[in-house]
Amino acid sequence: MSARAKISRRAFATGFALLGFDRRLSLAQGFAGLGNDASGFAAVTSGRRFTFPADHGPHPDYRIEWWYLTANLNDADGKAYGVQWTLFRQAMQPGPQLEGWANQQIWMGHAAVTRADTHRTSETFGRGGVGQAGAEADPFRAWIDSWEMRGLDRMSAINVAPLQINASDVDFSYALRLDTDRPLVLQGDGGYSRKSERGQASYYYSQPYFKVDGTITIDDKPVRASGQAWMDREWSSQPLASDQIGWDWFSLHLGTGEKMMLFRLRQTQGKPYFAGNWIGLDGQSVALPPAAIDMTPMAMTEVADRKLPTSWRIVIPDRGVRIETVPLNPQSWMGTSFSYWEGPVRFTGTHRGVGYLEMTGY
Amino acid sequence: MKHVLWILAVLLSHWRRHPMQLTTLVVGLISATALWSGVQALNQQARNSYDRAAAIFGGTRIPMLVGQQDPTFPQHLFVDLRRAGWPVSPVLEGRIRIHGKTLRLLGIEPVTFPTDAGSIPAIGKSDLRQFIAAPGETLVAPETLAELTGTEGAALQTDDGALLPPLKVQTQLAPGVMIVDVGLAQRILHLPDLLSRLLIGKARGKQTPLETIVGDKLRYVAPDAETDLERLTDSFHLNLSAFGLLSFLVGLFIVNSAIGLAFEQRMPMLRTLRACGVSSRTLNGVLLIELLALALGAGLIGLVCGYLIAAALLPDVAASLHGLYGAQIPGELVLKPEWWAAGLAMTVAGTLAAATTSLLRVIRLPVLAMAQPYAWRQAQRRWLAWQGICAVAMLVAAVTVLTIGDSLISGFAVLAALLLGAALALPVLLGFVLHAGEQSTRRPLAMWFWADSRQQLPGLSLALMALLLALAVNVGVGTMVESFSKTFATWLDGRLAADIYVNARDDAQARNIETKLRTRPEVTAILPGGRAEIEIGGWPVEILGLADHATYRDRWPLLESKTNAWDEVKSGHGALVSEQLARKLKLKIGDQLNVSTPGGNWSVEIAAIYADYGNPKGQIAVNIDAFRSRFPDLPRTRLGLRVTPNKIGPLIDDLRKAFHLDERHLSDQSTLKAESTRIFNRTFAVTAALNTFTLGVAGIALLTSLLTLSNSRLPQLAPLWALGLTRRQLAGIELLKTMSIAFITALFALPLGLLVAWCLIAVVNVRAFGWRLPFHIFPLHLLELLGVAMLASLLAMLVPVFRLMRMPPAALIKVFADER
Repeated sequence: MSARAKISRRAFATGFALLGFDRRLSLAQGFAGLGNDASGFAAVTSGRRFTFPADHGPHPDYRIEWWYLTANLNDADGKAYGVQWTLFRQAMQPGPQLEGWANQQIWMGHAAVTRADTHRTSETFGRGGVGQAGAEADPFRAWIDSWEMRGLDRMSAINVAPLQINASDVDFSYALRLDTDRPLVLQGDGGYSRKSERGQASYYYSQPYFKVDGTITIDDKPVRASGQAWMDREWSSQPLASDQIGWDWFSLHLGTGEKMMLFRLRQTQGKPYFAGNWIGLDGQSVALPPAAIDMTPMAMTEVADRKLPTSWRIVIPDRGVRIETVPLNPQSWMGTSFSYWEGPVRFTGTHRGVGYLEMTGY
Repeated sequence: MKHVLWILAVLLSHWRRHPMQLTTLVVGLISATALWSGVQALNQQARNSYDRAAAIFGGTRIPMLVGQQDPTFPQHLFVDLRRAGWPVSPVLEGRIRIHGKTLRLLGIEPVTFPTDAGSIPAIGKSDLRQFIAAPGETLVAPETLAELTGTEGAALQTDDGALLPPLKVQTQLAPGVMIVDVGLAQRILHLPDLLSRLLIGKARGKQTPLETIVGDKLRYVAPDAETDLERLTDSFHLNLSAFGLLSFLVGLFIVNSAIGLAFEQRMPMLRTLRACGVSSRTLNGVLLIELLALALGAGLIGLVCGYLIAAALLPDVAASLHGLYGAQIPGELVLKPEWWAAGLAMTVAGTLAAATTSLLRVIRLPVLAMAQPYAWRQAQRRWLAWQGICAVAMLVAAVTVLTIGDSLISGFAVLAALLLGAALALPVLLGFVLHAGEQSTRRPLAMWFWADSRQQLPGLSLALMALLLALAVNVGVGTMVESFSKTFATWLDGRLAADIYVNARDDAQARNIETKLRTRPEVTAILPGGRAEIEIGGWPVEILGLADHATYRDRWPLLESKTNAWDEVKSGHGALVSEQLARKLKLKIGDQLNVSTPGGNWSVEIAAIYADYGNPKGQIAVNIDAFRSRFPDLPRTRLGLRVTPNKIGPLIDDLRKAFHLDERHLSDQSTLKAESTRIFNRTFAVTAALNTFTLGVAGIALLTSLLTLSNSRLPQLAPLWALGLTRRQLAGIELLKTMSIAFITALFALPLGLLVAWCLIAVVNVRAFGWRLPFHIFPLHLLELLGVAMLASLLAMLVPVFRLMRMPPAALIKVFADER
């Protein structure tokens, strides 16, 4: 997902310069610099064969990569919650992986909990090579500091389940168990996800079928909650074109059991680039033709001194979809070093359901 | 608005007619601002560099974890703690040598470095990736770059062959420090997978208790509001500030007298303005505007002068701080906007304070009151009684604070109360003396002489007070400095008893050197020594191991001791402690002192207390054999040598060649002495310079007071001239009068100065540094100062006296015509 791509590019491309320095400055620099230069890293090409569990682990030949989980949950009273857990990897330099502190990887973790009346976020950074942060395919685990996404005993490689995730900060924490009996799905065209007409792309697969339950703690008040979750895995070396300024991305759990992933890349030149996949009841993932996707901002919300479209109308005529999404909490702003909007949504119309919306570059 | 401008123009016309008065006011404001702001600039410069240093050394401003025993610990503890939710960031520190210079190398990890750790000037604006990714960067201060004669981008090599990443300048860094990525530091320092400490950032969630993660391998060090350097140097800066404040007050004395006189002389003008319909409020407003404009203008000039003073003193201040405390202060003065703002605010506030009484009088000015140009002097006379009471109160306060307070601040409070009390008492005392003089004579001219001196007193009193303060402080500081240098020379002889000091690289080399030295006939004694650093009561303390030898028995500068002190030390049960340590821990001869050593707790009896001037740390001296048994792992590399006097140079050359020892490993007594003396001389050079400045300011105060007075004294002198005295005679009398008042003031200043010296030596120094100097009086120095004071008065009198001598008789006659 380029949304993530955008974040990670910022995070890692410009973001390195940011730790401890003038954050605004480094964000303003935006895409400048190394983001445009993928030389030395492996290129993303179509027709790759995915192998599991190996692909659950890191792909250091590629510049950027992430493990991304979003969950829509409800507590016993029916109150809605959103949870986000993300681990980003960025390589500073291409080449064989070096040991210890010389290792070229930098890792960034984001965690968030959303409720209608509050949105809590946290972030952390770490270097690769020494054990503070990293990811391993088998047994599967991805971690930074005490935050971890870990395969439990007898994890199925093709289902990426069952999993345990946790994260914590001063004012919130969560520990969730994820499970499913359905296999993961490849996004785009067999896992090859185009990001522009000019060849930018990433490798992308998802596990949208997770059932999730666990404990969410906000301000030291633990609450048991359960619901569904969606995991994204994506890696690339140069996923965005230089004129692409931001990204609006949806992962939607339709009440019918179908799943839908959609994104819109805003470009300085011309119309936005649309893409998405329809995941049928049979688990088949089919790329939606860009012309078949209609995403229209409906209501704007002022968040962190900027205006963002937090409500959308989505129309996919081929699939008989005409829905309107509203956020659980319009102020789901990730005020992290690389800031963006990410939060749970629900929708009504031809279909009802829940999902996640992510917007970057505003 | 035009209205206001016209009033302002009228008011300003006064200054046009009295340029000398304007000069006085401006000079007063400038001197008040200059020295104060100069000293503040120096303090600020020093504090900035302490901050820089603190940021680098991982400072004590943020909490951290350090190894329980060893200086380093395994890196996996860092990972274990991070994985348990501790927001720690690793630091590795060590020393490297480049081109023979020792530098501090600091390895940091910028990705986890706590943002609230203050200013890791860190990678500043440089790119984080540039710093971490190969080949990385070596961040250095501009001063370090210059010292290493390196260029940015060049890769230096340490003397043991490790290659540093390319140099990059970071202006916020402290000099003498190099910063690289922690991984590179491990390679350069040959400490793979080891760390020196973990800085603790902002907590993220609940933390598992430390012990359950790392056992007892690490210990928590709580943050400290002040860095060690700040604590150590506090007293030095307080000294500077006290001088700055003194000069500020003297400057305000001048301002107060100038403003008082100007307001008084303008009373008729103000009354006329009021009669013309200017409201009291407008008039006061305009007066205030005039005053503020003057204060701002003169304050700005004062700040520039302050900058120049600071720039002139900086090398000495930097050298003292470096010599005394090891603090590195960059040589180039950097001033923040706050400094300018604070300086101006201080001037304005001071001006307003100095003008308060005058302004209040204008507010109450009755429209139709008769102009009484010199009424204020009469009023001041009434104040004399009050002043006397205040003086007594101040002196009582000084004695009270002396007996109950024991902090450095209270020490300065004693000084301030003493000086202020004395200054306030001066006019009263002078009044008594002059009155007595008046009583003692029946000759008309002599009676007039005394009476007129008394009449002149209120106008001069502020200037005389300034002179008194400046002289007293001069005597005080001068006596302290002289006492110090007199004591210091003998003390150094005692402490640096050996002729040559050797610190071998390792034990083997030390044995080789010793073997070789035994064959040299000119070496009369080889004295093994030892040195360790410990903490007692949270205070850093050095332990010295001394051989039992006449060298020490005869010369060690004991202040008080048991009769058999050296025998007790020899037995291993007794110890000598430094004066600082004894004062800090309130130790007496015969007390037991517990010292924690690697060989367990060690209780020693205090056999003697010795002088250890200028050492910010505590010190204990014990027998070398006892020392070695308690610190068995310390290298035995230190030797002190007694050598036949004229063979010292050649022996040093031989040792240097034979064992490749540099100046850090081999030093001779004379060089050490010269170095120590140089440090102290520079410290006191600062004090002496400030001293001269204050004396200069007092001289200006006297001059300006006399100048303003001379104009207004014509009505007193004209009748005498009319009675037949010549102008030359009148001038002579005037000169004599002023000189005698100044002389009485100076005489009064001498005992006061000695009292100040006693305060500095017995109160301030003891509280600031922990040591007390013997008190010496230097009569020649006192005479010299008396001479300087008289010379200053004479110089100040020259212009008014010559003016009087050359005054056209018409001007004197005019006095009668103008008489109201």
